[in-house]
Amino acid sequence: MSTVDLGLPSLPGGLRGVPAATEPQNRKEYVSDQEVRWCPGCGDYAVLAAFQGFLPELGIKRENVAMVSGIGCSSRFPYYLSTYGMHSIHGRAPAIATGLAVARPDLSVWVVTGDGDALSIGGNHLIHTLRRNVNLKILLFNNRIYGLTKGQYSPTSEPGKVTKSTPMGSVDNPFNPVSLALGAEATFVARTVDSDRKHLTSVLRAAAEHRGTAFVEIYQNCPIFNDNAFEAFKDPETRDDAIIPLVHGEPIRFGTDGHLGVVRDGFASLAVREVAELPGGEADLVVHDAHTEDPAYAFALSRLTDAGVLHRAPIGVFRSVERPAYDDLVRQQITTAQETQGTGDLQALVTGADTWTIN
Amino acid sequence: MPTRRPDDPSFDLEMKRTVTIEVKQLDRVVIRFAGDSGDGMQLTGDRFTAETASFGNDLSTLPNFPAEIRAPAGTLPGVSSFQLHFADHDILTPGDAPDVLIAMNPAALKANLKDVPRGATLIVDTADFTARNLKRIGYDENPLETGELDAYHLIPLNLTGMTVESVKEFGLTRKDASRAKNMYALGLVSWLFQRPVESTITFLETKFAGKPDIRDANIAAFRAGYNFGETAEEFSVRYEVKPASMAAGTYRNISGNLALAYGLVAGAQRAGLPLVLGAYPITPASDVLHELSKLKRFNVTTVQAEDEIAGIGAALGASFGGALGVTTSSGPGISLKSETIGLGVMLELPLVICDIQRAGPSTGMPTKTEQADLLQVMFGRNGEAPLPVLAAQSPADCFAIAVEAARIAITYRTPVIVLSDGYLANGSEPWQIPVVADLPAIDPNFTLEPNATNDKGEPTYLPYLRDPETLARAWAVPGTAGLDHRIGGLEKEDKTGNISYDPANHDLMIRTRQAKVDGVDVPPIEVDDPDGTAKVLVLGWGSTYGPIGAGVRRVRTVGGKIAHAHLRHLNPFPENLGDVLRSYDKVLVPEMNLGQLAMLLRAKYLVDVVSYAQVRGMPLGAAELAEVIGNLVEETEGIDDDARHMGEAAASLTHGEALHTQPNGRTNGHTNGQLHHPEGAR
Repeated sequence: MSTVDLGLPSLPGGLRGVPAATEPQNRKEYVSDQEVRWCPGCGDYAVLAAFQGFLPELGIKRENVAMVSGIGCSSRFPYYLSTYGMHSIHGRAPAIATGLAVARPDLSVWVVTGDGDALSIGGNHLIHTLRRNVNLKILLFNNRIYGLTKGQYSPTSEPGKVTKSTPMGSVDNPFNPVSLALGAEATFVARTVDSDRKHLTSVLRAAAEHRGTAFVEIYQNCPIFNDNAFEAFKDPETRDDAIIPLVHGEPIRFGTDGHLGVVRDGFASLAVREVAELPGGEADLVVHDAHTEDPAYAFALSRLTDAGVLHRAPIGVFRSVERPAYDDLVRQQITTAQETQGTGDLQALVTGADTWTIN
Repeated sequence: MPTRRPDDPSFDLEMKRTVTIEVKQLDRVVIRFAGDSGDGMQLTGDRFTAETASFGNDLSTLPNFPAEIRAPAGTLPGVSSFQLHFADHDILTPGDAPDVLIAMNPAALKANLKDVPRGATLIVDTADFTARNLKRIGYDENPLETGELDAYHLIPLNLTGMTVESVKEFGLTRKDASRAKNMYALGLVSWLFQRPVESTITFLETKFAGKPDIRDANIAAFRAGYNFGETAEEFSVRYEVKPASMAAGTYRNISGNLALAYGLVAGAQRAGLPLVLGAYPITPASDVLHELSKLKRFNVTTVQAEDEIAGIGAALGASFGGALGVTTSSGPGISLKSETIGLGVMLELPLVICDIQRAGPSTGMPTKTEQADLLQVMFGRNGEAPLPVLAAQSPADCFAIAVEAARIAITYRTPVIVLSDGYLANGSEPWQIPVVADLPAIDPNFTLEPNATNDKGEPTYLPYLRDPETLARAWAVPGTAGLDHRIGGLEKEDKTGNISYDPANHDLMIRTRQAKVDGVDVPPIEVDDPDGTAKVLVLGWGSTYGPIGAGVRRVRTVGGKIAHAHLRHLNPFPENLGDVLRSYDKVLVPEMNLGQLAMLLRAKYLVDVVSYAQVRGMPLGAAELAEVIGNLVEETEGIDDDARHMGEAAASLTHGEALHTQPNGRTNGHTNGQLHHPEGAR
């Protein structure tokens, strides 16, 4: 599988503890026997194909992959993979996956969710999973619409969106999922697009290698209820000016012939400028550093995303920093307790210190 | 700084008093400590309980405190109390009314006086009886001086002042010094009832090990209180309550929440599974989270989740991974968990859900007890979502019920509800310590190999293939090669677990899940009907066991014939329950709700049970139950309304809980006395 160089040295450890496969695997082994039931043309197909193609290269035992999803179109994902999987309830997948990851360090745990599942009904679990930095990977399929309930606006829909539930246009201000994740101080935050398989696969790999929660927003087209929401990123006429590519260690420069770039602009914010108009030229551009500890930098990057109809957004890994994973720390406490106190003596526990005997 | 530490705990005193102290024998005492929320009354009660337990009395406790951590000092809403009943015989309740009230301020006196019968002893700290404090709680005059307490044995003492005096050598501020007044009071009462005091000294040394001044002040105050009893002229009588004659064995005192935590660990250990608790703090369940979080060495993981839903979600995720997932909460939290419980029913995974009930609805009265979640846990889910429901009957029984819950959850691959309540959670009683190696082993029976053959003749795994006996499904956990599968909340096809919208399959799966729960193996209900001639059965569930049992003893003491049975399994009911109900003329069901079990029994067995319902946030009283039971017994005998006297006679007994016919034989988790199966005898 050819991939995009994201410029990130792989942070080891995302798969630490997961047993390695003894033989090479292929894509077909990860295809389940269930008929895929998404609408024709759905962006989910592309993500599924990329994911099935990507899993074998992880080189881990197939039975040690666990997929957990919530409710929504994207949450049918686990049924189509021949791994262990749970299709749970609306919004709760991160909580369930947290319990699974805590209990089983030998699993590679993935959460598949959507913009309604993760950001509306399950918003609380998402932010808390991110702040804890549980070792699991969250794939958020953002189509900016409610598909399975047939076309209501979602928490990422642009303001003014006319849908079945908003005939006069929605008045809600949307979430920027990447900004939200960074606000929760997520340690790995990335964005990719369903139709760019190479980029998608590269981001998935970087996510898999990250120890802690990896949050990946995938722009995903819903051809039925919100077609062409990401057209700017796909149309050869517009995409060069729409995609702000984030490559670690590289100046952030894009547009036809690289005429645009990202520069620092005022207090903790960034802006897009014509490179030709910069006094220092390319030297004035921000060199992307995904390892920046302060999430303010990545947050500033995320604000380059259009809030309304999408014409431009950064794509790539916004942030990748190391912080101990919650489940590792939880297990470490158990290990420490057993090392210092011994594995528990149940009879001594229930007996306690203050007893009396009746003869 | 003086360092006069009481190294010698034997309390050798130079006897200064001139009056001889009389020692009176009592068979039982109910004592209540009451003060401000910040006065340490719960700690005082706990210590007195520990002293009493180590002395060998039978006991039962009732902590009672407001939800506010520190309501304004000196006000009625801020009063916290701890009641302890201890005896030289087997007792069942913390007692209806205190024989001794220790009131640390005017509000504590006023808030508790209505519960204290005339003739009882009032030990009152007079320090706060100022005009201003009295006015604040509605006293125009000082009740200690008006004569309105003449019907009581009133002992007014400046406990605070004497405490401050006793610790002055430690150089504390007056405020800090006065905080030891609860230990002064404890010392005094420990003297009065001849309690062993070594454990309290040891406790204080440990608790305040890092704060020598506070440690020494508390110990000094405790000793001073004890010595005051020995020397003061106010006390001419000490009391002795001899150790109870209980069944031979080793005992400890244990509260419901601690027993529940230990039972959960024992269940997981007997199954050889790690325990993963997902929980969100909530009164009165939080102590289970606290206790389990200390038990990491037993391979116990506790996740304090972001909310109730995440708590049960983490537990269910852990169960999917092959652990025993547990969540603990109270009624409001159970409401939030409902959808995930339904998912657990659909996934058919082991999960233990503990509902430590409190007074509802909504936030209700968080620190008060109730048993009004029965119908919620039975039916509070969308669709047909049956699950086993168990209820503990006493604080110590929380241990056995938790082990039983683990057994059912793992054996049948199902969520199981454990019902406890605030009274059991915080109350305590002596517990004959079980031999854990004798607890039944639980077999998770994981599937490790393909369990079927597909159309092509290849070995395959069917996650919903069932054990023909138990109807439990096959359980293969992630990491098991060749058995990967997907499960979820969508209806499944029989055997394969694949998504299915087939009408007949849905009907089959609904009926199969129901049949699995209906078929859970539960022991028959045992009836305590000493000579088999009773016409009235009292049937209870949960924490009413003690009060009902005490009420029954009172009725028997005055000659009434009454049968008593108690349900620990509420779903499914014991198989013989219908026969038991139908073999009595009348069945009385007392509950701390508006008749929830009564409704279930009427619906299932078409038996016209008599419901006795009280929802006051407090345990039912033994005397009130005796009156209700006595009246029903006589009514059933055909005795006219105005000729009945049994209820009143049973209610007015002062020693009603004494079981004179059977002075010992406490058996945890079972009824006392002779066991009798009426279906065989009638």
